[in-house]
Amino acid sequence: MAEYQNIFTRVQIDSPMYPGVPLPRGGVWARKGGGFNHLFGRFGDAQIGPFYLGTTGLLSLICGFIAFEIIGLNMFASVHWNPVQFVRQLPWLALEPPAPANGLHIPRLQDGGWWLLAGLFLTSSVLLWWLRMYRRARALGMGTHVAWAFAAAIWLMLVLGIIRPVLMGSFGEAVPFGIFPHLDWVASFSIRYGNLFYNPFHCLSIAFLYGSTLLFAMHAGTILAVSRLGGDRELEQILDRGTAAERAALFWRWTMGFNATMESIHRWAWWFAVLCPLVGGIGILLTGTVVDNWYLWAVKHHVAPMYPHVFAPVIDPATLPGAPK
Amino acid sequence: MSMLSFERKYRVRGGTLVGGDLFDFWVGPFYVGFFGVSAIFFALLGTILIVYGAAIGPTWNLWQINIAPPDLKYGLKLAPLREGGLWQFITMCAVGAFVSWALREVEIARKLGIGLHVPFAFSVAIFAYVSLEVIRPLLMGAWGNGFPYGIFSHLDWVSNTGYQYLHFHYNPAHMIAVSFFFATTLALSLHGAVILSSSNPKSGTVQTAEHENTYFRDAIGYSIGSLGIHRLGLFLAVSAGFFAAVCILLSGPFWTRGWPEWWGWWLNLSIWS
Repeated sequence: MAEYQNIFTRVQIDSPMYPGVPLPRGGVWARKGGGFNHLFGRFGDAQIGPFYLGTTGLLSLICGFIAFEIIGLNMFASVHWNPVQFVRQLPWLALEPPAPANGLHIPRLQDGGWWLLAGLFLTSSVLLWWLRMYRRARALGMGTHVAWAFAAAIWLMLVLGIIRPVLMGSFGEAVPFGIFPHLDWVASFSIRYGNLFYNPFHCLSIAFLYGSTLLFAMHAGTILAVSRLGGDRELEQILDRGTAAERAALFWRWTMGFNATMESIHRWAWWFAVLCPLVGGIGILLTGTVVDNWYLWAVKHHVAPMYPHVFAPVIDPATLPGAPK
Repeated sequence: MSMLSFERKYRVRGGTLVGGDLFDFWVGPFYVGFFGVSAIFFALLGTILIVYGAAIGPTWNLWQINIAPPDLKYGLKLAPLREGGLWQFITMCAVGAFVSWALREVEIARKLGIGLHVPFAFSVAIFAYVSLEVIRPLLMGAWGNGFPYGIFSHLDWVSNTGYQYLHFHYNPAHMIAVSFFFATTLALSLHGAVILSSSNPKSGTVQTAEHENTYFRDAIGYSIGSLGIHRLGLFLAVSAGFFAAVCILLSGPFWTRGWPEWWGWWLNLSIWS
């Protein structure tokens, strides 16, 4: 049963390592390393590597390491360099952005300057890695679809970390580094702007997130179901349709009256995955800059009903006598 | 004709689970089968009940139509139609339609001689739905714990239910589920992109699976391969749905306080002192 369903590979072939499609001549860097892992081979390819480091890859890893160290050492310092407490409190520890009063000034290191530096190095690392993904594709004569999908995720990261804070006039608007602290930021951000569930771009982003999961379950399930007939060799099936592609198409045609092709299913996949962070970034960018309260926005546009007041009105503490001005 | 050029030779008898040859035919591109009949029955009935619920409700505004479950005071009993009874019948119809659809997929897969991965994956999604609307309400003792049927009303339910546990992001199973959703989307973008970049290359000559492998080995040191990526994708997607079901089943039946508080066990481990 399990072998017919093709969940694991039962036979592993012992062969010399495949060095990869030849790189264009004249490069400084060569591929390095590589080996085999039996457990990996049970589930996917047994071969690991060889790895191409390259200039952008090296610089990206260095920048990423510096960002990681800035964040980690700041967290370590926040528990007075106590290693036991560092491990114990790690999920709660944070490297916070500058306080709101700082605006867009360059803060002192201990007042958010480290956060700004970590963000700078993390952004450099990610952008260099983008360049790497683009150049590796070109070196092999491939299209650059991976790099452009990656760019959609970078867009969301930059909106959260720098574009929206700059538009709002304060670095303090950005997300802190830390496990629980970034979750706290998400929750308070949603409440501050009247519940992000009423943000239509948030709705779309979640629809594409769930849609991507649905699509991958459908696609991966279909391909595994026809893998007995060679359906996993997708490029060959795109060029020269075999019975695997025909049965995969007919399964969906008979189920829901419509089918993608072996190539077009990957276009659906790419767009669903890319649109998730793309529209999500738009939703974040509009929050606070254009729309101050998504619930009231939804009421205004007849999307949400005006709910009855259940509780007595709350007095804004900032309006009370003695409140800090 | 709604048949593809190669379709006729695949339209053969057999593979049905029940009913033998009775409903073993196609309507247009759709396969029917016994479960096609039961699926259309439940789907039509459920849709009619939703429209009826909208008709006796206060609004035809598509965003605001809301069919709520019964009040908690009804417990696990049947409620009057206008006070949650509709929601109960719609839920039965939904479960009937989803299960019929999954079994219909099984019949189609058997007819085509292919694996049952898709109906299996779908059954995990059905499990998540049933967890929310049947299992958790049963465990908590009232149908009123299910979510309402409505575009924004179900979002309100998610929001309110989340805040009942103070901060739902601290729910460990929710963390795992969200991580799987993000990981699935990342993997899907990488898989879709690498296939498109090989079948639509700069050079104009469609490339091979060796290009796919070389690209990811060069870039990140490992390529899972053209078969493995589909195993990984199915695993990630199914895990996302499974842990989504777990995270809501924990909330209420097994944990009634704020989720941030749950992490106290970690802070209070004896190894720290």
